[in-house]
Amino acid sequence: MPNLLWLQSGGCGGCTMSLLNAESPDLMTLLEAAGIDLLWHPSLSEQTGREVAQLLEAIVSGEQPLDLLCIEGSMMMGPQGTGRFHMLGGTGKPMIEWVRELSAKAKYTLAVGSCAAYGGITAAGNNHTEATGLQFDGELPGGLLGDDYLSDSGFRVVNIAGCPTHPDWVTETLISIALGEHSEENLDTLGRPRMYADQLVHHGCNRNEYYEYKASATAPGERGCMMENMGCLGTQAHADCNIRDWNGHGSCTSGGYACINCTAPEFEEPGHSFGKTPKIAGIPVGLPTDMPKAWFVALASLSKAATPDRLKENATSEQLIYPPTIHKRKG
Amino acid sequence: MSRILVGPFNRVEGDLEVSLDIDGNQVRSARVNSPLYRGFEQIMLGHDPMDALVYTPRICGICSVSQSVACAQALANLMQLEMPANGQHCTNLVLANENMTDLLTHFYLFFMPDFARPVYAGEDWFEKVEQRFKATKGDASRVMLPARAEFLHLMGLLAGKWPHTLSLQPGGTTKPVEPQERIRLLTITAAFRRFLETELFGDDLNVIASLKSVAELEQWRQQKPWYSSDFRTFLHLNESLELHNLGRATDQFLSYGTYPQGEQRVFKSGIYVGGEHLPLNSADISEDVSHTWMENGDQPRHPSQGKTIPSLENEEGYSWCKSPRLNHQVVEVGALARQLINGHPLAQDLVTQQGGNVHSRIVARLLELAIIIPQMQEWVKAIDPKAPFCNHTELPNSGSSFGMIEAARGSLGHWLEVKKGKIHNYQIIAPTTWNFSPRDQQAVPGALEQALEGTPVREGESEPVAVQHVVRSFDPCMACTVH
Repeated sequence: MPNLLWLQSGGCGGCTMSLLNAESPDLMTLLEAAGIDLLWHPSLSEQTGREVAQLLEAIVSGEQPLDLLCIEGSMMMGPQGTGRFHMLGGTGKPMIEWVRELSAKAKYTLAVGSCAAYGGITAAGNNHTEATGLQFDGELPGGLLGDDYLSDSGFRVVNIAGCPTHPDWVTETLISIALGEHSEENLDTLGRPRMYADQLVHHGCNRNEYYEYKASATAPGERGCMMENMGCLGTQAHADCNIRDWNGHGSCTSGGYACINCTAPEFEEPGHSFGKTPKIAGIPVGLPTDMPKAWFVALASLSKAATPDRLKENATSEQLIYPPTIHKRKG
Repeated sequence: MSRILVGPFNRVEGDLEVSLDIDGNQVRSARVNSPLYRGFEQIMLGHDPMDALVYTPRICGICSVSQSVACAQALANLMQLEMPANGQHCTNLVLANENMTDLLTHFYLFFMPDFARPVYAGEDWFEKVEQRFKATKGDASRVMLPARAEFLHLMGLLAGKWPHTLSLQPGGTTKPVEPQERIRLLTITAAFRRFLETELFGDDLNVIASLKSVAELEQWRQQKPWYSSDFRTFLHLNESLELHNLGRATDQFLSYGTYPQGEQRVFKSGIYVGGEHLPLNSADISEDVSHTWMENGDQPRHPSQGKTIPSLENEEGYSWCKSPRLNHQVVEVGALARQLINGHPLAQDLVTQQGGNVHSRIVARLLELAIIIPQMQEWVKAIDPKAPFCNHTELPNSGSSFGMIEAARGSLGHWLEVKKGKIHNYQIIAPTTWNFSPRDQQAVPGALEQALEGTPVREGESEPVAVQHVVRSFDPCMACTVH
């Protein structure tokens, strides 16, 4: 029965809150069914204070084996590499020291969320806290543990990136490991589980018809495609958000706002305002993934010329103005 | 006298460390350390002010929407932009969805599991409480987690996802509600109401919301066996362990008020000082950094003039948390403050009789669930799918502004200054910043530090269980506290 230790550092705790949204079954039933024994989780476990410090010491000394180490939140290297921006409560020791020592013992080390994976939001701005990820510093290999880190059973860090992560991304990854099915081939080049990262947010987006005809929204809340004006990166973002619903019904794009590519390293500093698409000579910068530029421009201008009135009108409206026409077989 | 250090203090949101000076069998004084610094106030400098809608929710994964609403309100004030009625209803619904979820999560997952600790194994109620509330194993989590997740389907419909939505805008919400979605919202709120009425209260929400005094609450409690609902179980534990004698702080309270409805707000703003209800003057708020690992410890500053420059060189510093004060006074924020200031008779009677304590804080939280869920049902009904949801205008190039709302844990304020179209200053005071502040220039301890003084310590305890009840009675969110 694999055990699991979860620690939080320079993040918001949102990946844990999202994990509690797991459904069919709920999180506790799911862990039990998967045979995962929760050694300690900061939001859920009974043990507090000294009991926890003793558990961590026992893992570091090798007395207590550790299978799954889940880290949520950025690694806080600052100030000046001391790690003092986060000293784990009650232990007088920087969290980065704990993570270095524990990850040397863990059979599998998992970064839960984009902060732990790449630095994430905490590394935005001038990154004065020297926040970084476990095995990546933004797009570059490295981070706290370094590019050559391998867990006790010989694996690189699994980056369940997202801000926050979808509960299923976490639970399915954990179960796959618990089943003994993990391999490096299961991860993409940024360390993300391919189970969700081989999809684009664009796949299954309910605005696809607007995208096809380049019928674009111009303000928040309008029904059209958000790629041209509203900063949407769904055609480039690796995640299955529009195939697998969030909170039963949702996704960012169905909620009426742009995908900001939160599963990617450095999403936190896009170099422009999140809600506005950067353009050169009126053409959006950033093409849909794998699309040759000349063809995209040609197809976009062609489809724009062919946009049906229904989509043109509906695209800039909050409410549906024109429903699709009903075809009659006779008359 | 001896000193003990409790940490990592868990089942709070984020990391926490509490240092206790113990004299005999009680806490003589306490120091509260928020041990993580991320620096959102520095991160956002120089960004497009609208980008604050991306950054601020990520201050906190449990108060994410609250941060969004405070930020959107600050931007709306700067733009002088009002919301259409639908935008207001949907913003209220999303905020209430998070706040009510947080109150529920706190009760079931963070607070109650302490009564299932082995230290209570000799109590006659222990077996049932352990079965129901044992951390990670109790029966309650198996019914509460699905109910919580289904209640948050409201977020899926109105906000795309939770946490970290961008649907909450200065001029309203980005998700126009379709007629069938409005019906779904009605069923989601009704189902959650049913969960509360069967599992948590064992009674109609209106009955709970109408309790007017401590005597009426006691009468209600005795109508059925203590184990017939989770609220009655808590009230039974209170009787057994005298939780009303634990964790009294200053008995001074603050609420910014929240949930606007036309010109009014469902919960009023105000302060309660020296046993008197008074209006809030936001100019009376200041932040002191004398005991914080920050530079510029000279004078307390109003948050509109606030600065955040971390420095470990402040020798008096023992936390990353600043010390907000109201007219130089320590005040407590949260559901109890909110209900007291809004004039709920039960909250008033609880405070008049016994002040703010472990018992009154928990009762006020559950009372708020009983008040707000029916209100949410009314907001859903008021949505008109044919009417607009969001107004738009340009952001001015410069100016200063603020957003002040109530999150689950209490008063949350954002103060924003824009120059040349960029964020020039952004200061945030979160609820737990108020409650878990370190000492100020006058060496006056913060609300939790005061609440811990006199807390009993049992023989040989390294993490005194009563201390844990007191700390968790505030439902601290450490992620927000320092941000």
